Amino acid sequence: MKHLLSIQDLSAGQINTVLKTADSFREVGTRTIKKVPTLRGRTVCNLFFEPSTRTRISFELAAKRLSADVVNFTGDAKSSLSKGESFKDTAQTLQAMGIDAIVVRHASAGAPQRLSGWVEASVINAGDGAHEHPTQALLDLYSIREHFPSFDGLRVGIVGDIVHSRVARSNARALRTMGAEVVLIAPPTFLPPAVDTWGVSVSYDLEAVLPSLDVVYLLRVQRERQNEQLVPSLREYATFWGLDLRRVNRMRPEAVIMHPGPMNRGVEIAAEVADLDRAIITDQVTNGVAVRMSLLYLMLGGLNSDRDRAREAPARRATDPAQLAFEQAMAEVEPALG
Amino acid sequence: MPPTSPQASGPVVKAVVLEAPDIARALKRMAHEILERNHGAEGVVLVGIRRRGVPLADRLSAEIERIEGVRPPTGALDISFYRDDIGIRTPAEVGRTEIDSDIEGRIVVLVDDVLYTGRTVRAAIDALVDFGRPRAVQLAVLIDRGHRELPIRADFIGRNLPTAHRESVDVRLAETDGLDSVSISEAP
Repeated sequence: MKHLLSIQDLSAGQINTVLKTADSFREVGTRTIKKVPTLRGRTVCNLFFEPSTRTRISFELAAKRLSADVVNFTGDAKSSLSKGESFKDTAQTLQAMGIDAIVVRHASAGAPQRLSGWVEASVINAGDGAHEHPTQALLDLYSIREHFPSFDGLRVGIVGDIVHSRVARSNARALRTMGAEVVLIAPPTFLPPAVDTWGVSVSYDLEAVLPSLDVVYLLRVQRERQNEQLVPSLREYATFWGLDLRRVNRMRPEAVIMHPGPMNRGVEIAAEVADLDRAIITDQVTNGVAVRMSLLYLMLGGLNSDRDRAREAPARRATDPAQLAFEQAMAEVEPALG
Repeated sequence: MPPTSPQASGPVVKAVVLEAPDIARALKRMAHEILERNHGAEGVVLVGIRRRGVPLADRLSAEIERIEGVRPPTGALDISFYRDDIGIRTPAEVGRTEIDSDIEGRIVVLVDDVLYTGRTVRAAIDALVDFGRPRAVQLAVLIDRGHRELPIRADFIGRNLPTAHRESVDVRLAETDGLDSVSISEAP
């Protein structure tokens, strides 16, 4: 596996490998010394063109716990992007600096895909527009698997702003790959037009569906989208779609509550519901580090990494006449430089 | 163990070197040696290197209990994250490390099935010290096949088995493979 651009890149078998390997990294996270030397000498760049503290810190911790070096590039006002440097220029700069993996978040769907065509490094999609967030889906699968023996026959309800949610897209795909049943629950304005192609069922009635769900996955209501007027008000959303204690009582006793964070307490989730034992939101965060360690290990530890190409590079250079001429010229100049 | 047919593309078994009773005898002797070296089982922890070192550590612990009446604690160590060939070889399936007893100040006997280049043991020592500072680390192996690439030697050896590089030593244990045997095979 060279890149992780979409959850569709992974088969059920590959997802199982990522989750199983994450088990071992979860154990590393419980040690006094939470660090292993696995990726010593490798460099991972977090290339974030959209603000995201949680995901960036999770990836940074994952890389550091594997002993990789980490550089962070945030596309803020001070960055070179404001000086007119393009996305491609930035990619080529990172390429020239010998980065082994690039974790990219971008507001445009497909940006990680483009990036993967410009660089030799492995590219991991950390969220691209409303398209995909595959590592979030993997950590959610891991968290679900901690509570249920199998995905087969599991019924997962994803509640909220589906149309803008890359998390919903990636999770629905991943859950279906693993054999779970997905129900999208939202007001009609929050559902994408082509939802019938997702292979999931749809409901507009949270109260009615709640007793049949094993997992209730709440999405963040994106306050920044309120000017689109998809719901009349946050208060109305909380009344009809928010998970409060009264609704929790309608859930199966073993059902769990999940949320990708950050939460709007009092909107999609009542403050007291977020603190229940069955709300496994902090477990999702802990598991996020282990799952990202697993991914970096499997992607950078394999045969197709840059380091192996670098090892082969001297042989390739020797047959390239232009490179030979350049090296010969340098050999003549270097002694003179002392 | 049935000999591999010459038509098969896999390695051809040249000789079965140890069978179940031989392995049991070797482990019994090694248990005695561990007790003798450490003046008893006090402070001894047996840590098996995954995969086949783990059942061997359990068996040695049971032998020590039979002899001494005290069962030393055991643990399991997975060394995947400490290997020095990450990026050269496709990662093998990763197992779990389970070291529940405190190894600080204890005598840790690392247990593995085959000692070959010494790189696995090097990785195991690195992994172990992340859990604490043992008073001493000793090494017990069922088979020492030679060809060391690092300055590492075993303290307790079931059988020295000089081999060529092209040969492989296959240890099978009842717990992982359904039967006990040690054989030498060679690629056709």
